[in-house]
Amino acid sequence: MKRSPATLALRWSGRVLVAAILLFVLLPGVVVAISAFNDRAILQFPPQSWSLRWFYRAFSYADFAKGFWNGLTVTVWASSIAVVVGSAFAFAIHRYKFALRDFLEGILLSPLIIPHYTVGLGILILASQTGIGRGFPLVIFAHVVMVLPFVMRSTYISLENLDTRLELAASSLGATPLRILFTVTIPLLIPGLLSGWLFAAILSFNEFTATLFVSSQATQTLPVAMYNYVREFADPTLAALSVIYIVVTATLLTIANSFLGLGKILNVDAH
Amino acid sequence: MLMRTDPMTAHTPAAASDKIRPAVQLDGVTKRFGDSMALHEAWLKIRPSEFMTLLGPSGCGKTTLLNLVAGFLEADNGEIFIDGDLVTETPAHMREIGIVFQNYALFPHMSVAKNVAYGLKTRGVEKREIARRVDEALALVKLSGFADRKPKQLSGGQQQRVALARALVIKPKVLLLDEPFSALDKNLRGSMQVELKQIQRELGVTTIFVTHDQGEALSMSDRIAVMSAGRIRQIAAPDDIYRRPADRFVASFVGDANILNGRLVEKRGDVAVVSVGDISAEVPAAPIAALSAGDALDVFVRPEHLAVTSRGVSGSLPGTVTTQVFQGGHVDLYIDAPGSARERILLRSPGIAALSSCPVGAEIGLTIGSDDIVAFPPREAA
Repeated sequence: MKRSPATLALRWSGRVLVAAILLFVLLPGVVVAISAFNDRAILQFPPQSWSLRWFYRAFSYADFAKGFWNGLTVTVWASSIAVVVGSAFAFAIHRYKFALRDFLEGILLSPLIIPHYTVGLGILILASQTGIGRGFPLVIFAHVVMVLPFVMRSTYISLENLDTRLELAASSLGATPLRILFTVTIPLLIPGLLSGWLFAAILSFNEFTATLFVSSQATQTLPVAMYNYVREFADPTLAALSVIYIVVTATLLTIANSFLGLGKILNVDAH
Repeated sequence: MLMRTDPMTAHTPAAASDKIRPAVQLDGVTKRFGDSMALHEAWLKIRPSEFMTLLGPSGCGKTTLLNLVAGFLEADNGEIFIDGDLVTETPAHMREIGIVFQNYALFPHMSVAKNVAYGLKTRGVEKREIARRVDEALALVKLSGFADRKPKQLSGGQQQRVALARALVIKPKVLLLDEPFSALDKNLRGSMQVELKQIQRELGVTTIFVTHDQGEALSMSDRIAVMSAGRIRQIAAPDDIYRRPADRFVASFVGDANILNGRLVEKRGDVAVVSVGDISAEVPAAPIAALSAGDALDVFVRPEHLAVTSRGVSGSLPGTVTTQVFQGGHVDLYIDAPGSARERILLRSPGIAALSSCPVGAEIGLTIGSDDIVAFPPREAA
């Protein structure tokens, strides 16, 4: 079949556009990744000479290791607390009609509107007023506040998709409401809860703005440690760290995908 | 075995005396949703082992009634008894009821065996006993080899059998069926109906069956409660519902009916004499109690109760054949009879003789060949 020049032109301009978009999306990552292998102690693109020494420094720099473990601690606690609290709220809002229901829902979803630095600053002011130190509980509290809306959404959607007749069937079979909750409702909500947890964990581990306000030298997370580093040094260590970050995340997601099905966890194929 | 009644009474529940304690009893049960009346003062007594069908169009209140018996809804007024015990305020999980939903509502995260075992586990039945009874229940619904499958791996008919086994294994006081056949294709539906009815008889389990399909209701039930707009219109055996409908709604909802223009001649106690053209016939007097001699009324005649004769024979109505529809075992004739009926009359002629004897355009006479006709006040007066 013969194609008109106009069709050909459209087809090619489409390809160029897609290529350009891909380039812009990938460009920062590619530039940083290549800079990480520079031998000289400056951020430069493209590098003149090559080395792996910044990777060694990224691993051996004490603040980064500490920040990684701090961040992991905060992430695991904050996501887990948020899943329990957020799911309970989602359940209450979905199943019961009560006074202030819409109000409560509004408040719980408000962190989507309130900027992270406001959350951080607010909690910092409260902490100093009440004399609470800037320990882990404070950082975890701030993270719970920020990831709660995402967990709630995820559980709420799972509840919407749950056929209530399953619970009615269980109750006709003699199951008490508590038994129904643990043998029918929660098992069927687990994909939603897992996806909520994973989403919360990704957000929490990467959170920087609010954490900067509420953390101290002892509790700083990896993003805060990176920020502090870049204020003092301009060498490619951060670039090396970025490469590590990308590789680790990609590996984890690949594992999660092959074992659990990423679509299932992220609720992509939920209907 | 799951058998729990003696077969002598299990097969003839309709013959049971009214003195027997009802398995399910509703005393003036009313349920409102906001401003709308979902169920208005329902009075109903279901005998032990009886197969009672709630029949009506969607929104008639039949599912509301079922949910009230199951304990999924709370009545606004009235009392509900199961096995003589007052259960109006008893929560669903304490009512000992088995239910099969339209979509079966099998637990998707459990195997077939776990689904069936669920109701036994909640009752704290011992493990080996659970295994034994699950096997027995699966054998009853002919799914013995399927214990380890997940519901998703089963066909619609198989899922329904699992749902039935799950409901029956707990030996429920009442089995509730909420439109269980409507998700099945037509062929499967017929065989499942036969099988379900057989199991129900064998076990003698009191059953409430909700459907909008009058064919299902007529073929499966011991008695039918026909419902419309939140009210029970008539409770009777299937043949009574068909032959002696209590009102216009029942007469037109169950089976086909032709409406002929008639006139009340006289009343003789329980029966009344009505005339349609040259024909005079006896009908039950109760539905037309408000009318007096000479009043116009609507006479309801089933298509198979009409017969064809020659034009002009005395005691016949004049008509013209407008359409012939060959149905295999019978022929449907559509007949214009402007003097006798406002709408086209449907006549069901057995065999194939009518194909040649009543061609389109034939001028014929109509006779009524049955005593099973009823009359109601005309629609304007109803």
